[in-house]
Amino acid sequence: MSAATRPAEPAATRTLTLVQAVQDALAVALEQDERVMVFGEDVGMGGVFRATDGLQARFGEGRVFDTPLSEAGIVGMGIGLALAGERPVAELQFAGFLYPALEQMAVQLGRYRHRSQGRYTVPMVIRAPYGGGIHSPELHSESPEGLVAALPGLKVAIPSTPADAKGLLLAAIEDPDPVVLFESIKLYRSVRGEVPSGRHIVPLGQARVARPGQHCTVLCYGGMVEVCLAAAEAASAAGVEAEVIDLRSLVPLDLATIGESVERTGRVVIVHEAARRMGFGAELAALIAERHLTSLHAPIVRVAGWDAPYPPFTSEEALYRPDARRVALAVRQVMQY
Amino acid sequence: MTTPTPASTEPADPRLAGTFSLLAPDGTPRRPELLPLGPEVLRLYRQMRRARLFDDRALVLQRQGRLGVYPLFGGMEATQVGAVLALDTARDWLAPTYRGTGCALAYGLPMHKVILSWRAHPDGFRMDPQQRLLPFYVPIGNQLPHAAGIALAERRRAEREGHDASVVLAFVGDGGTSEGDFHVGLNFAGVYRAPAVFVIENNGWAISTPTSRQTAAATLASRGEGYGMPAVRVDGNDLLAVHHVTAEAVARARAGEGPTLIECVTYRVMPHTSSDDPARYRDEAEGELWRTVLAPARRLRAYLDRAGLWDDEQEQALAAEVEQELRDALVQADAAPGLEPWQILDHVYAEPTPDLLEQQAELRALYPQRGAGQ
Ligand SMILES: Cc1ncc(C[n+]2csc(CCOP(=O)(O)OP(=O)(O)O)c2C)c(N)n1
Repeated sequence: MSAATRPAEPAATRTLTLVQAVQDALAVALEQDERVMVFGEDVGMGGVFRATDGLQARFGEGRVFDTPLSEAGIVGMGIGLALAGERPVAELQFAGFLYPALEQMAVQLGRYRHRSQGRYTVPMVIRAPYGGGIHSPELHSESPEGLVAALPGLKVAIPSTPADAKGLLLAAIEDPDPVVLFESIKLYRSVRGEVPSGRHIVPLGQARVARPGQHCTVLCYGGMVEVCLAAAEAASAAGVEAEVIDLRSLVPLDLATIGESVERTGRVVIVHEAARRMGFGAELAALIAERHLTSLHAPIVRVAGWDAPYPPFTSEEALYRPDARRVALAVRQVMQY
Repeated sequence: MTTPTPASTEPADPRLAGTFSLLAPDGTPRRPELLPLGPEVLRLYRQMRRARLFDDRALVLQRQGRLGVYPLFGGMEATQVGAVLALDTARDWLAPTYRGTGCALAYGLPMHKVILSWRAHPDGFRMDPQQRLLPFYVPIGNQLPHAAGIALAERRRAEREGHDASVVLAFVGDGGTSEGDFHVGLNFAGVYRAPAVFVIENNGWAISTPTSRQTAAATLASRGEGYGMPAVRVDGNDLLAVHHVTAEAVARARAGEGPTLIECVTYRVMPHTSSDDPARYRDEAEGELWRTVLAPARRLRAYLDRAGLWDDEQEQALAAEVEQELRDALVQADAAPGLEPWQILDHVYAEPTPDLLEQQAELRALYPQRGAGQ
């Protein structure tokens, strides 16, 4: 059944945390499409973040199950399942542990359609908790979204609200291409919001204006959105109205929304948790410079993780992860021109 | 190679079927001819008790907010300590998993450093140059190819210099045997006849996933054959058995006879980490036998008591000694200076790049107040 012919759901909503919204989306997907399978390390008992809580009891071990401890196996098997017509939704326990799967992602996942000229496709979804902010041990706070976004053929989405978490995940599951969803560990339980019941879709490739403003544009996603909103609040007290744009989807990227805002404000701050060098911010800055150079009144400023590994010394993560103060300083910097 | 315990002895838990052991759970010698002598047994026993006492206290410290997330090894101390004490720590290498606190203690990492490691303080990760202790490995399985590489280097050096080789002891969990790196590491070590010893800590669970979900094979030891190396399945709660088997493997490796795979059958009686609740995924009655009858200290204590080598008084003295060591270690760990903010960018390269120097200056400007003693 195609998305277009599916009946509209009643617009009831519930207040959920972001991780509950993910779980809600998975339940809806398992319910509406028998091809959907949910698997990964420890997902049977709900996963370390409880994103798959209750799903195995409800849908059975054939559709919600634990795999051996192998990320390459999880993604590689998922590719096979998808090639043969299933709708695999795989969980990588932490984005910091997706590296063993990177070969499958780089060499196979995004290339099948192109390589076979459309004969073979891989409609697979990979979910990976990412980012810092909860004092987790080494490699549990990685932000490899730039690395993954660099792979042609893959789509990448990152929600920052419970409603978007559900809507983007359902969109990803219905999408004909492989989609990687990064879910902020910090936001899993710290945000709550109204989430529409039933089938709720947030199309990939549409940014969200999280806070309107006319003086400068702040581009961010995932765990950085609340940080940027706090910085915008502070800037507002000083008379500067920053527009905060939550990209929601890195690939495809909503160039229209970004362009409209940049043309209007002429000033851009880009914020992400990953190291600055070769981060997704570099791509954004280049795209904006290519398209909107004559509208810019100030250099584009990036606020990001430092060019060092995310500190294994958890007490120091507050120094590494951008905070509202650093973002507010960057806003002040672009306003000086 | 070591042969399994005679089949006539009924294992207390079916998981232990066909494992090598030296002492029955009640302390009765199974292979008297292989038992080490008095002082050596006591050395092993004391180190094992010390490790376990540390682990018990670590959970309390974590609850008090004095340690970060802590992966407990309680119940597996015979495997960790028994294997590590087969090394010559002055020359051999150790690659522990993140659950290897007992390994590190037995290897000789001072207690305050262990505490700093689990406080995620950089001084805990700063090894002395002569130490061949690799950092606790968080990414599952990465240590195994490293072990093969280090062992190959040691073999080459030994050949060049005309002596026997230093050995690498690498640990991996039963879950870790599913990662590609397990295959890669053991295959390379086998092909190059590297002086490496691989210990699988088969504690029954990888977080919530039982060993039956990691392999369809009856044993993990059976994989040794595929890599052309001998493999032994040992009762991982039998300190003397683990020690015996590892010592044999280390001797073989040192003599140039190649790597060995050791599967230690044990049980994780504690939660996965200080933030895990095992009641969510396993029937806690399952571990009861391992927590009581099969507990590592119990059988050795029974054996030592009967041999007249140990008594309650000595046990209490040992506990007091470890308690004092812990107290001193905490004082020393508490005295470790805090980081200056810009130090999070140290040690990225031998020489900081111009870019990093700029970023360090930025950090100095951002956090002028922070630093020592914060
Ligand atoms: C590559 C990788 N994937 C996932 C994880 C998350 N994780 C941490 S411990 C663990 C289970 C490990 O089980 P096992 O190897 O049996 O060791 P045990 O914890 O039982 O000692 C998992 C999945 C990780 N640390 N590294």
